[in-house]
Amino acid sequence: MAKILGAVTTSHVPAIGNAIAKGLQDDPYWKPFFKGWEGVHQWLAQTKPDVAVVVYNDHGLQFFLDKLPTFAVGAAPEYRNADEGWGLPTLPPYRGNTDLSWHMIESLVADEFDITTCQEMVVDHAFTLPLKLMWPALDACPVATVPVAVNTVQHPLPTPTRCYKFGRALGRAIASYPEDLKVVLLGTGGLSHQLDGPRAGFINKAFDALCMEKLVGDPEALTRYSIDDLVEQAGTQGVEVINWLIARAALGGTVREVHRNYHIPISNTASGIMVLANAA
Amino acid sequence: MGSRPRYAHRDIPGTTIFDGVQAQKGYALNKMCYSFNSAENRAAFVADEEAYCKKYGLNAEQRTAIKERDVLGLIAAGGNVYYLAKFAGIFGLSVQDLGALQTGMSVEAFKQKLLDAAK
Repeated sequence: MAKILGAVTTSHVPAIGNAIAKGLQDDPYWKPFFKGWEGVHQWLAQTKPDVAVVVYNDHGLQFFLDKLPTFAVGAAPEYRNADEGWGLPTLPPYRGNTDLSWHMIESLVADEFDITTCQEMVVDHAFTLPLKLMWPALDACPVATVPVAVNTVQHPLPTPTRCYKFGRALGRAIASYPEDLKVVLLGTGGLSHQLDGPRAGFINKAFDALCMEKLVGDPEALTRYSIDDLVEQAGTQGVEVINWLIARAALGGTVREVHRNYHIPISNTASGIMVLANAA
Repeated sequence: MGSRPRYAHRDIPGTTIFDGVQAQKGYALNKMCYSFNSAENRAAFVADEEAYCKKYGLNAEQRTAIKERDVLGLIAAGGNVYYLAKFAGIFGLSVQDLGALQTGMSVEAFKQKLLDAAK
């Protein structure tokens, strides 16, 4: 049977891609962030996952506002990165696992989550950069992938309660796959930041700390917030923390916190990195 | 233009939630910015901004805000920041440049504000 090893959660801002392209890992501005990945690398070296299920939000590469699914799951043999319009280098293609994808899709729909199934899907920085950060020395991503895209762009967004339940269903979908695969969940985005309006530059260190604390031991506590609460506390783009909640909910009850890093700022964003290992 | 949604959002100062009202109002503008994923389209916009805006059916408010690089005006006209960032990308502007433009701060002061959030 497939086994969920744990979850890696991280910010995904495009500026990380530029920093990697320019080799700024040791630059004083970027070093606290890139150093924060060493704990993730150690855990990946020990656990050696086969598959990454990536919970992220698309920023207008795959999905436009003409048709915007709340939850979409990839079922393609390969996922390509493409030009997003802001000058990021395009990263090499990602291998899919269509058998696992379709199993997850079957299981999710049977579990009453009527997701959108995507047999072709381009993936943006929110998918590509976290994988690049996990395996920085390799040209191509070494694991198969399943993209899970969540609408954090156009309100109404799925409520945190719905996201928590979706994450639980995602966990059941993966854990019931008959093949012996080691799976890591990724939850990307956040933490607090706001790009738009006179409130641009808003960051909330205390709320970020609370979110990370609750994700470890009491993720259900985050379901008490509404989307408007999250916008108020974490900023218009800080709502991406729902991607973290989904990834965490997929793990089940008890997890062990293996690694945590928090740093302000990268670009306009408070950066958080966590590794949560599933209880065996 | 769109009617008020049944579920109005909380009033959060300095914040426009991109909901059904904004999504309807900004559809043409965001669609134009979505086209900037293609280098060919970015070049076509630069070659003739007016014609490009017209092709996508932008209204007068949106055309003025595009012409004046008025980020707050673009948001008021229904622009979504992820799409506006593709527009800004044409001119090599980052989200920190956008932040400075929206808050009336210099880029340096805006960056300092972000650094200060760590305290």
